[in-house]
Parts: sequence; structure tokens; C-alpha cells
Amino acid sequence: MIVETFLHQIMAGIATGGIYASLALALVMIYQSTHHINFAQGEIAMFATYLAWSLINAGVSYWLAFFATLVLSFLLGALIQRIIIKPVERAPVLNVVVVFIGLLVILNSLAGWIFSYTIKPFPSPFPKEPPFGWSIISSHELGSIGVTLVLLILLFLFFRFTTLGLAMRAAAQNPDSSRLVGIRVGRMLALGWGLAAMIGSIAGMMIAPVVFLEPNMMSGVLLYAFAAALVGGIDSPFGAVLGGFIVGILENVLGAYLIGTELKLSVALVLIVSVLTFKPAGLFGKNIVTRV
Amino acid sequence: MNPLLTVKNMCAGYGQGHVIQDINMEIMEGSVTALLGSNGAGKTTTLRALTRMINMSGELHFGGQRIDTLVTEEIVRLGVAHVPDGRGTFTGLTTEENLRLGAYSRHDKSSQQQDLEKMYGYFPKLRERKLQQAGTLSGGEQQMLAIARALMLRPRLLLLDEPSFGLAPLIVQEIFDIMRTINQLEKVTILLVEQNAAMALNLADHAYLLETGHLVKSAAADVMKQDESIRRSYLGA
Repeated sequence: MIVETFLHQIMAGIATGGIYASLALALVMIYQSTHHINFAQGEIAMFATYLAWSLINAGVSYWLAFFATLVLSFLLGALIQRIIIKPVERAPVLNVVVVFIGLLVILNSLAGWIFSYTIKPFPSPFPKEPPFGWSIISSHELGSIGVTLVLLILLFLFFRFTTLGLAMRAAAQNPDSSRLVGIRVGRMLALGWGLAAMIGSIAGMMIAPVVFLEPNMMSGVLLYAFAAALVGGIDSPFGAVLGGFIVGILENVLGAYLIGTELKLSVALVLIVSVLTFKPAGLFGKNIVTRV
Repeated sequence: MNPLLTVKNMCAGYGQGHVIQDINMEIMEGSVTALLGSNGAGKTTTLRALTRMINMSGELHFGGQRIDTLVTEEIVRLGVAHVPDGRGTFTGLTTEENLRLGAYSRHDKSSQQQDLEKMYGYFPKLRERKLQQAGTLSGGEQQMLAIARALMLRPRLLLLDEPSFGLAPLIVQEIFDIMRTINQLEKVTILLVEQNAAMALNLADHAYLLETGHLVKSAAADVMKQDESIRRSYLGA
């Protein structure tokens, strides 16, 4: 029985860890191309989840609403890049931070204004009863692990094996050289923002059945995602994913056995502070070797 | 011979001031043209202006088409490859990914593999390093990679910014030999910016001399080599 609860905590950790991993990946993607942390990433995800909720409430089936939300959040992300971020591209870092925080507040209040601050249940597409009669994991947990894994694999294949993925990596790394091989760098940035918003929206839709839908639902998740990205290394997509799972498991296990659920969020904060103090590059943050 | 690139009254610089002024050039189709000048004369600025990496004024005609109204990406797509100052390596990507990016804006993707093989033929060292992170390549290898990446575009015009910079004489010789081959076999027109005037004049058909932002001389490379003031200031003889 004790082993079973422990296993359950691990499984639940992997499930939420996958969600942190997705959001951390979105943060890393923006970081790699702009060297900024998008503080509004969580709110974009929250807003996208509200769009999904509206569609489902209007009678659209879950999976149709899910995929429609992916498209909508992609457009939302790309538009935010084109309209709001592009004008401050060359601005000093603090200006950009202020823009991001402004975006966070605007999206948060906009969601509250349109959808009200009342907490709403958000449906899970997976059955209520545990899968195959297992007691260590719920269907939603197993399902969201599956969704996360599919997402991660697709992203890996996209960036590793497609020309567009290669062009996006190139544009993030070296915009000048990218222009000189004919890559439209502005478009790649917008595409990156779109993809990041889309990944975030999946995280939002997967976490919403657990934390319930309300305008502040992503604030905690975003902190865990920050911790995940930092643990893995803010410039390493692989690290961010691994960091996500590490943070998810730590959070659950420590929350259950050591510090209690009320103090769970402090795990993220402790991780952030200790990584920045002792190993700022994170586990996989690599120093790119260059010759001059 | 017809001019492939015609430059009329080009001015360019950074911010408010002009670094180069009133540049007029004609780059003949199939030729090698050298742009000579000392440090700070405006050679790199000239190349950057040609592919619109910096703001410029004046007229640029490439293959009969006006290109000064286009952005860098569009100019590249017309077949102008630019090997920039500092080589522009994508340091975090592999050698082969760097090369594949060179062919990014080409329409005929099918012959890409064939061209990749050809580049490995010209630069066998790149084949040995093909899965290695490009930032770990030596300076000479990175210069070869930069030239090969530019050639993957199958350009009509190749702009080279100081290919000899910081390299050992043997490697410089190797790179210049390959440029000659590329010009003769692939019929690529080359505009070469160099401080190493002797090497450049040996390769070039025509040469321009840039001094403090102005073109002060234009002559056939052989004539330039014999010019007394050039010999004194740039050839060290």
C-alpha cells in the first residue's frame, strides 16, 4: 500500500511534469531566438484554454475544440510577435521585460473581464475510471503523459528533420547569416512565437482539469516551468523537458511526504534560487564552443 | 562581356554618417573582380551595402534587374551569395546542416544531395567534419565551410569578404585555388574583398581600389600590379 501511494505520487509527478516540460519548452524556444524570458507565456496558455472552453461550451466536441485551439493559439502567438514584440525587438532588455509583464497583466484582466473570475471546471477528454483498473495512475494523468510525449516527439522530428525546422534553428542562432542564405528571419520569429503559444495551449488544456479554469490558473504552473527550464538549462530544449519531469516528480513527492501540499510551490522557488546560485547554466545548458 | 552587377552612386554607412560615398562599379559576368584597400577603407561596408545588410542609397542593377529596392533575403534568392566578414558560421549547427542551409532558398531541392557531394569533393575536410558542431572547426575549415555554404546556393555572383583573414599561407593558397576553379568551372562571377592584394591581383581580372570610402582607381588586374603607387602601398615592393 505504501509502495502503491509512492508510485502514484511518482506517476502524478510525471503527468504534471510533462505539462511543466511543455511550458518550459515554450519558454526555451522564445529564449533561444530572442534571449528574453516570456513572462506572459503562462497567460497566453490560460487565454487559449479559455478559447477551448468557449468552444466546448458552444457544443463543439472536445477534440475538435482541442485542435481548433491549437490553430487559434498559434495565430495568437504569431500576432503578438508581429504587433507587440517586433517594435521592441532592438529595445533594451528592461523595456522588453516591461512589455512582457504588461502583456501578462493585459491577458489576465482580459480573461477576467470576458470570462469572469469565477472558477470553472474544464473537461478532461479521458475517462473518469482508472485505466485498466490500475490504482497508481488516473486516466487523465496517463492521457496527458501520452499527449505530452506525442507533442515532444513531433517537435523533435520537426526541428531535427525538416528544412523549416532547420531554418528556424538557424534564424534563432544567427539572424544575419540566416538572411544571407535567404531565410526570412521575421517570419521565423513569428512562427516560433506561434509554436510556443501552441505548445503552451496544450499545457493549459492538460492542466486545467486539475487546477480548474480561472485567469490565475497558470501562475503556479509558470513558476514550475521556470524552475524546469532553469534546472535543465535555459538554452537547452532537451534540458527543459527533462527539467520539467524532475520538477514534477520532486514537487509531488516532497509535497506528499515532506513539506505538505501547502508549501509545494516553494519547491519551485528553492530550485530556481539554488540553480541560479550554484549552477547557473543548468544541467544541460551548454556553452557553445566557438573559435575566434 | 556584359556587366552582371552595376553599382551607381552608392553611399552607405552606419547611423547618420556615410562610410562609403559615390561608389560606381561594374562587375562583368564571369569575371573575378578584386576590391582592394587598407583597413577601414570601407571594403566590408561596400559588400554589406550590396546585399542590403545595411542602409544604402544609389542604384544596384543585377542581371538587368533593379535590386536596391529589395531586402537581403530577396537579393540572395536572385543568386547573390555573400560570404560575410567573420565567416557567419552557424556555430551550434553541424557542418552538414550549415551546408544544407546554403541551399535553403533554392527551388530545385532534388539536386541538393549532389551539390553536397560536390562540396565535399572541393573541401574533403568538411566531409570528415560533417556531423561535428561547426563552431568547433578550425578557422580555415570554417572559411571553407562559409564558401561551400555560399556555393550551395548555386549563385551567379559570389561576394567574398576577406577569405584570407587570419589563415595560414598554405590554407590561403588552397582557398584561392578553389576560388579559381569555381570561377572557371562553375562560371560563378566573383567579387573579392582583400587586404592581401598580391593574392587577390593574381586571381582577379579587374580591380578597384578603395581609399577612405571613395573608389580611387579602377583598372585591369595586370595594370594594377604594375602601378607604382599600388606596388608601394599595397604590394610591399
